[in-house]
Amino acid sequence: MDATQITVNGSIRPCEGISPNLRLLDWLRAEGLTGAKEGCAEGECGACAVLVARPDGDGRTRWTSVNACLPPALAFDGQEVVTAEGLGMADGARTAEELHPVQREMAERGGSQCGYCTPGFVCSMAAEYYRPERDATGSGDRVETGTAVVGEEHASDHETGPNGFDLSSLSGNLCRCTGYRPIRDAAYALGAPAENDPLLRRQDRPAPVARPTKAAEDGTRFIRPDSMEELLSLLEQNPDAQVLAGATDAGVEVNLRHSRPPLVLAVDRLEPLRVLTLGPDRIEIGTALTLSEVERGLAGRVPLLDQLFPQFASRLIRNAATLGGNLATGSPIGDTAPALLALDASVILASTGGEREVPLAEYFTGYRQSVRRPGELLRAVHLPLPLAETTAFYKIAKRRFDDISSVAVAFALRLEYGTIASARIGMNGVAAMPLRALRTEEALVGRPWTEETAVDAAAVMETEGTPIDDLRATARYRSAMLGQSVLRFYAQTSAAPALEVTR
Amino acid sequence: MKSLADRPVNPVVGVPVAHESAALHVTGTALYTDDLPIRNSDVLHAWPVQAPHAHARVTALRTAPALGVPGVARVLTAADVPGINDSGTKHDEPLFPSEVMYYGHAVCWVLAETPEAARLGAEAVEVDYEPLASIVTLADAIEKQSFQGDQPTVARGDAGAALAAAAHRFSGEVEIGGQEHFYLETHASFVYVDESGQVFVHSSTQHPTETQEIVAHVLGLTSSQVTVQCLRMGGAFGGKEMQPHGFAAVAALGATLTGRPVRVRLNRTQDITLTGKRHPFAASWEAGFDDDGRLVALRATLTSDGGWSLDLSQHVLARALCHIDNAYWIPNIEVLGRIAKTNKTSQTAFRGFGGPQGMFVIEEVLGRCAPLLGLEPSELRRRNFYTPGQSTPYGQPVRHAERLHAVWEQLLGRADVERRRTDIADFNATHRHLRRALGVTPVKFGISFNLTAFNQAGALVHVYKDGSVLINHGGTEMGQGLHTKMRQVAATALGVSLASIRLAPTRTDKVPNTSATAASSGADLNGAAIRNACDQIRDRLAEVAARKLNIHPDDVRFDDGTVTGIGFSDDGIPFAELVNDAYFQRVSLWAAGYYRTPGLHWDAARMQGEPFKYFTYAAAVSEVEVDGFTGAYRLLRADIVHDVGDSLSPLIDVGQIEGGFVQGAGWLTLEDLRWDVSEGQRRGRLDTQSASTYKLPSFSEMPEDFRVHLFERATESGVIYGSKAVGEPPLMLALSVREALRSAAAAFGPDGRSVELASPATPEAVYWALDRARTAAREAARPAGMDAPVPAPVRAK
Repeated sequence: MDATQITVNGSIRPCEGISPNLRLLDWLRAEGLTGAKEGCAEGECGACAVLVARPDGDGRTRWTSVNACLPPALAFDGQEVVTAEGLGMADGARTAEELHPVQREMAERGGSQCGYCTPGFVCSMAAEYYRPERDATGSGDRVETGTAVVGEEHASDHETGPNGFDLSSLSGNLCRCTGYRPIRDAAYALGAPAENDPLLRRQDRPAPVARPTKAAEDGTRFIRPDSMEELLSLLEQNPDAQVLAGATDAGVEVNLRHSRPPLVLAVDRLEPLRVLTLGPDRIEIGTALTLSEVERGLAGRVPLLDQLFPQFASRLIRNAATLGGNLATGSPIGDTAPALLALDASVILASTGGEREVPLAEYFTGYRQSVRRPGELLRAVHLPLPLAETTAFYKIAKRRFDDISSVAVAFALRLEYGTIASARIGMNGVAAMPLRALRTEEALVGRPWTEETAVDAAAVMETEGTPIDDLRATARYRSAMLGQSVLRFYAQTSAAPALEVTR
Repeated sequence: MKSLADRPVNPVVGVPVAHESAALHVTGTALYTDDLPIRNSDVLHAWPVQAPHAHARVTALRTAPALGVPGVARVLTAADVPGINDSGTKHDEPLFPSEVMYYGHAVCWVLAETPEAARLGAEAVEVDYEPLASIVTLADAIEKQSFQGDQPTVARGDAGAALAAAAHRFSGEVEIGGQEHFYLETHASFVYVDESGQVFVHSSTQHPTETQEIVAHVLGLTSSQVTVQCLRMGGAFGGKEMQPHGFAAVAALGATLTGRPVRVRLNRTQDITLTGKRHPFAASWEAGFDDDGRLVALRATLTSDGGWSLDLSQHVLARALCHIDNAYWIPNIEVLGRIAKTNKTSQTAFRGFGGPQGMFVIEEVLGRCAPLLGLEPSELRRRNFYTPGQSTPYGQPVRHAERLHAVWEQLLGRADVERRRTDIADFNATHRHLRRALGVTPVKFGISFNLTAFNQAGALVHVYKDGSVLINHGGTEMGQGLHTKMRQVAATALGVSLASIRLAPTRTDKVPNTSATAASSGADLNGAAIRNACDQIRDRLAEVAARKLNIHPDDVRFDDGTVTGIGFSDDGIPFAELVNDAYFQRVSLWAAGYYRTPGLHWDAARMQGEPFKYFTYAAAVSEVEVDGFTGAYRLLRADIVHDVGDSLSPLIDVGQIEGGFVQGAGWLTLEDLRWDVSEGQRRGRLDTQSASTYKLPSFSEMPEDFRVHLFERATESGVIYGSKAVGEPPLMLALSVREALRSAAAAFGPDGRSVELASPATPEAVYWALDRARTAAREAARPAGMDAPVPAPVRAK
């Protein structure tokens, strides 16, 4: 096997003999690249963000922003990483002309104050700068940005800049100093990358392949299996192994709760887990695709999921987190479960003994408990077709970007001539596990979709689950939000002109 | 010499320039304290042993098991302290306590070869605790009369008599939440004994001198044997004014005992659970108004939650009492302040330093009472503004009160408030489930440390023979742009280009006996000290130039690196050439500068005097949209007009205003500290101890349309180049967001109804406020006898 190594800012750096517990962030910093910072150690603040070269369809690469504080460095064996230091490609201070365009806009427009979050912002911003779908030419008129003090006016109310910049690409980066306006202005001032920009050109070639890494240090083994057979057999022999995809949850366990699993199995690049198939009667989604990849792959075919994606954590997290991880950890406040429950999804569980399909509604059995047996792996999620046509996903949280649900509710109704033919409602945050609102579904089916029906169903919905008081919300508010979600769903799906859609 | 406020022609101050470290920030090459250990070898890492009790006596501490963990080098305990076992200035904060005073209190520290070994070592330390009764809520502390420090009163006139005679009288109670600083860079110290034998402390500290003093007294050394350097901080916001000292002392103790460099770097969990926060407050109030809505009296009691030790609580309380008037004339007033002692982290300085909590109370009073008085809240506010000639309750004349009115009028015009009120009424009439509203609030904030002695500063300016300039001053850089402004001040004072000024990191062996960089005063104090040093050098150089040019020294001009005579347009001497000449004439090319703010006096016992050099004025309009289904809201637009005097550095000042506003909005709407108040095992534990449970503002909380305007022609006499402080005042402008949310919730209900809104105004809090309003509307829709509510006493709780 090849020696373990990571290419950082264009230079190969060996990482033989490092601990499987050593995170990418700490490894980079120990290499002297101290630009990336630890702000929270749980993927919330983005101060540790870096760029990694990820596969992007046929023979292409996409510069993808990820949190370096969560995954082990060994997960990047053979991969290419770019840090804030590497974007400008020089040592020490430099003049504005020598800075990368993203760095220049951030520096000149007051995008940094204390500067601690800045390298992470720069990396998130660079990923969006290079995003192939971004239309930097501006479909509309250029919106002037900046502050009146320096002779410029402010940007208008947009979450997408006139340069196609999607502001939610920065939703996983926190700044405590600036109040964000100058960072937004910097983002919206970016043009298209130059034709000969080396990082742009790098996207034309394939991403590095994932190498079958094996390492053991500090009493922990790290293995990236080469095949499903190898993975399932390792899982059978080591049922307590930590299956690792994006590390967005497992990394938090390592950092904050100091878990030190004896064996880590990296599955995120295993091709059989990365399929996305659009069949005539179902959609199959591999569990190791990141949520960003699923979003791009589905390309709007599942409107309910399109409502979910922007509300699921942040871009930095969605670039690493997977459906498999979200369902396997089985958190009662995981956000994919309510949507998938409403979509009547099932999961495929694979083991050396073969596969079985379980409806998601029967998958969860208790607090972080499921029917998944030792040695079993979530291989895929199936969504039956045709999809219910009237759907919505509501997430109730303190913060609009990148927060954890107090309650989330997903609705999927089939209407026939104004009457509710079927109803599926998924909820989180109101019990020890994600649930379907069965009694509310029952109260809806067979009735006309009218305000009266909605009011009646809301009264039932308020009594679903067994919500508790905690730091995010009171039980009373959670119950009220269940009921209000039905009224909101009605207001947004009924044709009455007086009822607006919340932006 | 010209006055401090006068600017020469072609000044470098006033030019919008980027942060002096911006290029380093964006390339990841700006170094912070914890970027240094990996550049050194043989470093030991520290990890605290945190107690799992809110209050307990330590009955036994066994460190031997930790020493058996591979990689553990030493466990630091009270027995190791050669000097004084205390991390504060009031001797009520033992560095290694024998009595645990809050959940997570560090009882000892483990040093090891790696952070992992240190953590495992800390887990191996065995501590026996005898749990004691604890107080973990403000209400409980008040009931049990658990207070600490003085209980000052600010008073004027006869509040009792005026209340009794008032045409309208209301009362209420309100709780104000605290706030975690959440600087992105957690506390960090890195200490070694250097080649000369001095203890060299790198610390992320706003107050290097005090860090030096605490390290010295813990080690039993003199201050001259300890040097503290602060490269820069990754945010501080007051959280690194008092709190860094203990961590620096732990690292210094470890370094002196082991002879190896020691790194103390808190992870986020440790930082949140170990360090103090903005003080939560509880307030009860009674207010009287005349028939025109003018305040005639206010009586209030403010109780802050000081946590387990005094720290800066007395000064924070004093500032709260000195800002309860905000911008309003209150002829009869009596406000009592108390500091509760609770088993929580020791609450400390946080941007605004009590000012925000004081202002919160009066804005709450006005926001609650306006509907009952039948007045638009902003009109009620305007009617009560100070007018020229009036004084604050603590006896300081409100200089430039007319500026408050001018700022307000300009704001209403620039923000197009009249037209938008009509638009909002139309919007609300046509949207069943959404309500928009404006909130308009003023800020008057006193500038200077309440503690008079802190209002002094020093600087050191070196001019080298090649004409390059190196400046040092006592202030620290935490992102606020102080160093940027100081370079502009030096360039202006010496008449050279900005590029020729280099600023070296803050350290106590360059400028001694400094004050904390706090109270918004960094630029005022240090700028004046730098100006003083530069003026000394420039005056000496002027004599050299005068001889050469054959003119009087008073007629020498320094401008952009060229020295000429008055009226000359040619024949300039390059600055570097003049400097070289001066050297050969044996003229000193360096100077120490000093400044003390004149005219301040303060009697802390009587709470009377003139503690402030001047007042900073500002006002804001915020527009929110609230969703009736959830209570969720968006900040659609914020307009600010801010008096910064003549700005030293406009881009920096706008950054402070915008950042302060959003941080204030976070405090008032989103940031929610929750402690476990149960009787269970985790009583006193902070439940929101991570970024996933304690939410800061993100992009989604930024005003979608954000317009900041600096009030023009605002020269402040007697202050460096006519500028004013800007660090703290904008935070309090966010009260306009809270008041807008109150009005939006009110708009779901009938007119003339006072709206209670919990703080922070989270979506849940707003939902319950609007839900009560909606219920009231349904009840009001019932026929007969419900019109025109009569103003009557209300109880908020």
